[in-house]
Amino acid sequence: MIQVDNLKKNYFASNKKRGSDISKFAGIGKHKGLSFDVNKGEIFGVIGPDGAGKSTLFRILASLLLPDSGTASLDGKNVVKDFKHVRKIIGYMPGRFSLYQDLSVEENLTFFATVFNTTIEENYDLIKDIYSQIEPFKTRRAGNLSGGMKQKLALSCALIHKPKVLILDEPTTGVDPVSRKEFWDMLGRLRDQDITIIVSTAYMDEASRCDRIALMLDGDFIAVNSPQGIIDDYKEELWAVQADNMSGSLIDLRKYEDVKSCFAFGDKHHITIKEGFSKEKLYNYLSEKGYKDIIIEKATPTVEDCFLALAEENV
Amino acid sequence: MMDKDRVIEVSNLTKKFGRFTAVDHISFDVRRGEIFGFLGANGAGKTTAMQMLTGISKPTKGNGTVAGYDILRENEKIKRNIGYMSQKFSLYEDLKVWENIRLFGGIYGLTVKQISQKTEELLARLNFEDQRNTMVKSLPLGWKQKLAFSVAIFHSPQIVFLDEPTGGVDPAMRRQFWEMIYEAADQGITVFVTTHYMDEAEYCNRVSIMVDGRIEALDTPKALRQMYQANSMDDVFHKLARTSTRIE
Repeated sequence: MIQVDNLKKNYFASNKKRGSDISKFAGIGKHKGLSFDVNKGEIFGVIGPDGAGKSTLFRILASLLLPDSGTASLDGKNVVKDFKHVRKIIGYMPGRFSLYQDLSVEENLTFFATVFNTTIEENYDLIKDIYSQIEPFKTRRAGNLSGGMKQKLALSCALIHKPKVLILDEPTTGVDPVSRKEFWDMLGRLRDQDITIIVSTAYMDEASRCDRIALMLDGDFIAVNSPQGIIDDYKEELWAVQADNMSGSLIDLRKYEDVKSCFAFGDKHHITIKEGFSKEKLYNYLSEKGYKDIIIEKATPTVEDCFLALAEENV
Repeated sequence: MMDKDRVIEVSNLTKKFGRFTAVDHISFDVRRGEIFGFLGANGAGKTTAMQMLTGISKPTKGNGTVAGYDILRENEKIKRNIGYMSQKFSLYEDLKVWENIRLFGGIYGLTVKQISQKTEELLARLNFEDQRNTMVKSLPLGWKQKLAFSVAIFHSPQIVFLDEPTGGVDPAMRRQFWEMIYEAADQGITVFVTTHYMDEAEYCNRVSIMVDGRIEALDTPKALRQMYQANSMDDVFHKLARTSTRIE
């Protein structure tokens, strides 16, 4: 459904005429250009730090930004040449809330329906799940909605013309855990109706709800796989450490000779280890430093561990 | 009446908008040097509560002190003794890094001499010397948030309020940000923080969870997990937030 070949965009190169330094890079496809496919009815997640190029990629797919080179097509239509067609078949939710703040909830939805030559009634089934939650407030101005309600309205507006492809740029940033879960349940139901979804997120628990994920860094995909596939490729031996003083032990664990990396993971620290590591030796090291209630056990890696490891390898 | 070890002390704090009670009789304390997590679903009343605590909004009912000052009568003094940053607003995008530091230093009442000396310290600590003349809008989000936090505690406030400081920030950068929070707390700055990342809730000394304008739970993450027989703070949150009857 989505096909991307050797896509490149460098903002510095694009601004060459204005005297920009083209040896610098900001954009996508820094090395060999970005290539990937997304299948019909798939949820494809793009994960990466701010500035990795996620929004740039999404804007190109939404036909709002021209690539320097390479091609991207949606449902066989080129995002540059056939942009008019592309715009009819996509629903795009940009990272920033971009509805009309001075229009009411219902007016916003009617506006987007009208632009696409349809009506709210015609595709009500598709948006019913989410829109029914904000319908009691349909006369309220969009600017006066809470964060969670804005997201629901934005998704309703992106869906009202029954798009084939949904492009969602960090749709759940700033949304609480319960609403996020509802949002993802909703995406699952849309996928079941064969809508293809490409979505970016900074929440690693959401990554595991995608069919496939791409980890993006500095304009390139450094890994593309199913969440389980990403975890299976994790090469390190991972241990979890707990102690009474977690902020202190974080620093001391990093100083320990047999520890390669150490990151906080909720109520535990996850460490990767060097050859010669022994649980007993680490236990003694920590108790000599005065820590109590020490628990050291093997841990199963998550997508977040993989992201942190890959990000470190590729710096 | 004021207890020196309590940086925030409020009782029955309430805010009504017309017939709608956004914050409903909340009472709690925050101890000096503590990292206090202030959790709740969107629309539970967190932002309204924070506006009352930071002296921006007057409570309809209730009373209390923040940084030793009365929230009803001394809200201007409160503003001078706290730091604040949020995900939505933290720095001026169209000013350079040093200009932002200069501006906020001035707003918080530091002298020119103090500002220039502390600016160098701040830039060195963040490894930011090369970015001095960079426009803030061209910094990556994670860097911006680290700078914003440094600016919010630039005047060594008693307490700093952080409203979703890590929203949208990637896992590696979020951890670096929390290490800065730990450092500030070690220096005795009390940290009052909201977040939607439940792993971050575990990093707090104590956590409160708001549901429909009320504080439904307040304790250490460990005690809350035990109390709700949950494996993680994420489970605790889901169990509590499900009791909500408010439709925003």
